Parts: sequence; structure tokens; C-alpha cells
Amino acid sequence: MTDHRSTPLLATHALGRNFGGLSAVRDVSISLHAGELHAVIGPNGAGKSTLVNLLAGAITPSAGRIELVGVDVTKASAHARAHQGIGRSFQRTNIFKPLTVLENVRLGVQAVGADKGSIFRRASNQRNLIERARAALKRVGLDWAEHRAAGTLSHGGQRQLEIAMALASNPKVILLDEPLAGMGPEEGERIAQLLKSLAREHAILLIEHDMDFVFAVADTMTVMVDGQVLASGQPAEIRANAAVQNAYLGGHA
Amino acid sequence: MVPSSKLSWIGLAIAAALLALLPLVASPYHIELGSTALIAAMLALSLQLLVGCTGLVSLGHGAFYGLAAYVVYLISPPDTGLSIAITLPAAVAVSGIAALLIGSLSLRAKGFFFLMVTLAFGQMVFFIFHDTKIGGGTDGAYLTRPILGLFGFDLTLTRRQRPMALYYVNLIQLIAMYLGLAWLLRTLFGQVLTGIRVNEHRMQALGFNTYRYKLAAFVIAGMLAGVAGHAWALHRAFVNPELVGWHRSAEALLMILMGGLGSLAGPIVGAIAYTGLGEVAQLLTERKLLVEGAVILAVVLLLPKGIMGFKLPEFMKLGKPDSSNAPAEIEEAHSRPGQGQAVSHD
Repeated sequence: MTDHRSTPLLATHALGRNFGGLSAVRDVSISLHAGELHAVIGPNGAGKSTLVNLLAGAITPSAGRIELVGVDVTKASAHARAHQGIGRSFQRTNIFKPLTVLENVRLGVQAVGADKGSIFRRASNQRNLIERARAALKRVGLDWAEHRAAGTLSHGGQRQLEIAMALASNPKVILLDEPLAGMGPEEGERIAQLLKSLAREHAILLIEHDMDFVFAVADTMTVMVDGQVLASGQPAEIRANAAVQNAYLGGHA
Repeated sequence: MVPSSKLSWIGLAIAAALLALLPLVASPYHIELGSTALIAAMLALSLQLLVGCTGLVSLGHGAFYGLAAYVVYLISPPDTGLSIAITLPAAVAVSGIAALLIGSLSLRAKGFFFLMVTLAFGQMVFFIFHDTKIGGGTDGAYLTRPILGLFGFDLTLTRRQRPMALYYVNLIQLIAMYLGLAWLLRTLFGQVLTGIRVNEHRMQALGFNTYRYKLAAFVIAGMLAGVAGHAWALHRAFVNPELVGWHRSAEALLMILMGGLGSLAGPIVGAIAYTGLGEVAQLLTERKLLVEGAVILAVVLLLPKGIMGFKLPEFMKLGKPDSSNAPAEIEEAHSRPGQGQAVSHD
């Protein structure tokens, strides 16, 4: 892998999605490389979450193509894409509240990592799956809570669990939709450290509203407005871009 | 869903032992009534795999139950009964195949639409038996009772011995079904069903092809309903289209609601309560359905978690108070400062 820039892990080509007359995402071409943390920013309604849902296979595109390591996955279902190496978290916490924290993550490991013949084996005896689930929990700093019901975790804890579930399948690409939503500044700092270390092993596509956070962690950025890409590049270029400042950053930069 | 402590297993063993002792004290009429309740319990328990475990509410479950009974009728020669070693597998297989066909189509719909599609398929099966002469039409038909026998040892029963023998056969089948489902729910497969019930969308995002798992659950539930339907054929030696109709499915749902959605014991308790209620209501009044309706309404309103969810008021409890919900709250209060402060730069 001398030049990992040659084949992006994840790439979209002129991706589009209409909801009735509204085009939520239009002509979006982005690429995500190994070891990279790519942030997508933009005002509310810019189509960021729609983009994540398109990439994860939760909705199908109206136009364009999605490639995962050079393979066309445009038509693949959400569960198929998880097997092909995409893990995701959700903007609104989306966990199994009655199950324990460990069970939540174990399901994520099981989804792509269980042996075919083990489906009728007792779940609590699956050492291999449990160890991998514990590793993911340790990574996000939730290992102390594995026996708690997920619904009893604090909001921040549930957000951490979201990330652990995205990690569980050991995906090539992780899509994180506003991992900081509703978190305090201290927790945010912890997550920033976590994302930076995760990005070395997995490529991360991050959607986030917190600009300080985004500029602190992102390697590359895409700015979306009205479903279209306004600009993309290094954080410094984005900060200096006049169009971006007008449209979105306001007085921030 | 599954008993988690030694204590609850002991409770179940005692309940099973009490059911096993019933025929020693009851009249033949009440033993037969007991069998009716046990068969209803099997049907409700099989439906619980869909409703309570996977979150799929089906109104077509009666089709697999009735179909199994009709299979016994159709394959039994008019003069001598076949061994249950033949009739049971045949009935279960046909129910399973029907469940595979109906499930593979109806599981493409979700929620309320799934319910309506299962209802439609169930009624199609109903009208096959109602409007054709295959199973005696609307009048139904008597069948030659299968013989209780395994590996050539046939049990010949007199008319007086039969109720008790069949009661035990039904009890054994019910216990086996319960243990089988308790095992199934603890496997990785069972974990997937639980995940689908709680949050199917998330399961798909994690990488589960939920359709396949739901179809597998649907087929297993259909086969278990076939076990119940076969037991009914053995019990009553009579089939009519009522066995297949949506009423049967709705009754099974009511039993689950009465007993409790949250456990495997719920449908069994609900089935026994429902059967007992019907009997008592019939003794007391000519308006059986009215009394049944009122009692069921009261149970559902007063005990939203069913009979199994019934809790004694605090002051009536023995021993130390339940402390299971105390410690979790404290930690939470500490780790919560950031919540509610929206981090947004819009």
C-alpha cells in the first residue's frame, strides 16, 4: 500500500436522492480513504443525514453510484453493506434499550462475525463473540457497564454505546451521524480522542454540528448546502473559502 | 422471556407437578377439560414465539393449527387409526410447509399490514375447508383416532382410560414445547429474534437479514401450532372449519394478552385461565361470551402485563423488599451533566 490514495475505501459518484419533488441530495461525489477522518458539515436540511442513509443502504439512491473498495454497492441492502464493511451510528440514539450493554454490542459482532453453525448454540457461551464485544466496549470506555440495561445508561453513555455498536463488526468504514449530539464538553473531548485513534484503523465519515470539534479532528471536509457539495478539501482550505464563510460558517472562522 | 433464576425454574417444576397430579383427583369430564386447556396452551405458546418474542402479531396462526388436524383426518383410513409416529410428523410437516408459503409472502408486509395479510391467508385456508367437500364441508367430519404408539408398541386404550392417557400425552408435549422454546430463546438465534422485536431497523443496520430470521420463526411457530392441532385431532377425533378460522387465532392472542406478553409461561397461564373462565361462565349464565368479554377486559385493563405481571402490593410482600431497581439511578445522576445542552452552531 504505497499509495492508498489510488483506490478510495468509499466513494460516491454523482449521488442523488429525491423525496417527491424535493431533491435532498444532488450530484454528490465524495471519496474516503484509509486512515482518513472525513467530516461532512452543513446547515440543517443540507442532506447530511440523507447522505449517511444512502451510504449505509437504509435508503436507495435515485441517481449515481456508491463504491466500496472499488465494488459497486449501490443496490445492496443495509444488511448486505454491513457485511461488506460499513458500520454506522445514528443521529438519534438507536440501541436495544431492554438488553444489556454487552448484548447490544454482541449482536453487532454476531451480525457479521458468527460462525454459520453456531446459530443454535447458547448465546452466553459464545466466548469469541463476547470477547470481541468487550474489546469494542473497552475501546469506547464503556467496559465498566457491560451488565447494565442499555436504557439505564446516561445519554452520553448511550452515545458511546452507539459508537461501540458501529465498531462491533470491525468495519472498513464507519459512518457517524452526529456522535456528539446532546453531549457535554468533557465527554466531547473524550470522543474526539477516540475518533482520532479509530480513524487510524478505520476510515471514518463524520457528520457533526460542533465546528470546534470538526476542525480539531477532521483530515478532510466536505461542506454541503441544499443537498449539494459546496466545497471540499483540507480544514484550512475550508476555513479560508469565501463561499463557505458566506453560506455557513458565518463569523466562526 | 425465559426463567432466569433457580427459583423460577423451581416454581415451574411445581406448576408442572401440580398439572401432573390433576387427573388423580378430577373427574373424566374435567380431565378432558384439562386436555382442552393444555392444547390451547400449546397453540398460544407457539404463537408467543411470534408475538411476544419476535414482535410479529399474526391473525393467521389458527390456519396451521387447523390444517394439522385436517391432515390427521385426511391420512387416516376410515377403519383403523394410524400410529401417532406417522400422524404427528405428517401434520407438523404440512403445517410447516404452509407456514413457509404463507410466511414468505406475508412477511414482506410490516406491522398492521402484516396482521391483515396473515388474516387474509388464514381465511383462505378456512374457506378451502368451509366451501369444499375435502373435510366434510361446513359440518366437519369424524376421524379415526390415531393410536398412541411408538416403535410398534401400541397402547390400546379403553374408553375410560383414554382421557387420562391423552391428558398426559398433552402435558408432555406442552412441557417439551416450553423447554424447547426456552432453549431456543437462549441461543444466538433467539437473541436475533429479541433484537428484531426491540428494534428491527437497527438489526438491519448491524447486518442481519431480518426477513430470513422472521421467516424461520414463523415456520417454527407454524410447526408448533401443528403439534397443537394434531393434539386436538387426537383429543376430539373430529374436525370442522372452525379449527382453521381467525377466531382461533384471536383466542390464542387473547390468551397471550391475559397471561402476559413478557414470558413463555404467560400464554400457558392465559390458556388455562381462558379455558377455565369459559367453563365457569357457562355454568353461571347463559350469556357466556358477555361474561368472558367483561372478565378479559378487566384483566387487560387492571393487569397490563397480564396475569404473570401481577405483583402483590408492597405491604403484602414477605421478606425483604425488592431492591432490584435501586442502585442504577445514582450513577446516572452523576454522569448526566451534558444532557440537554444542545451543542449546535446553526
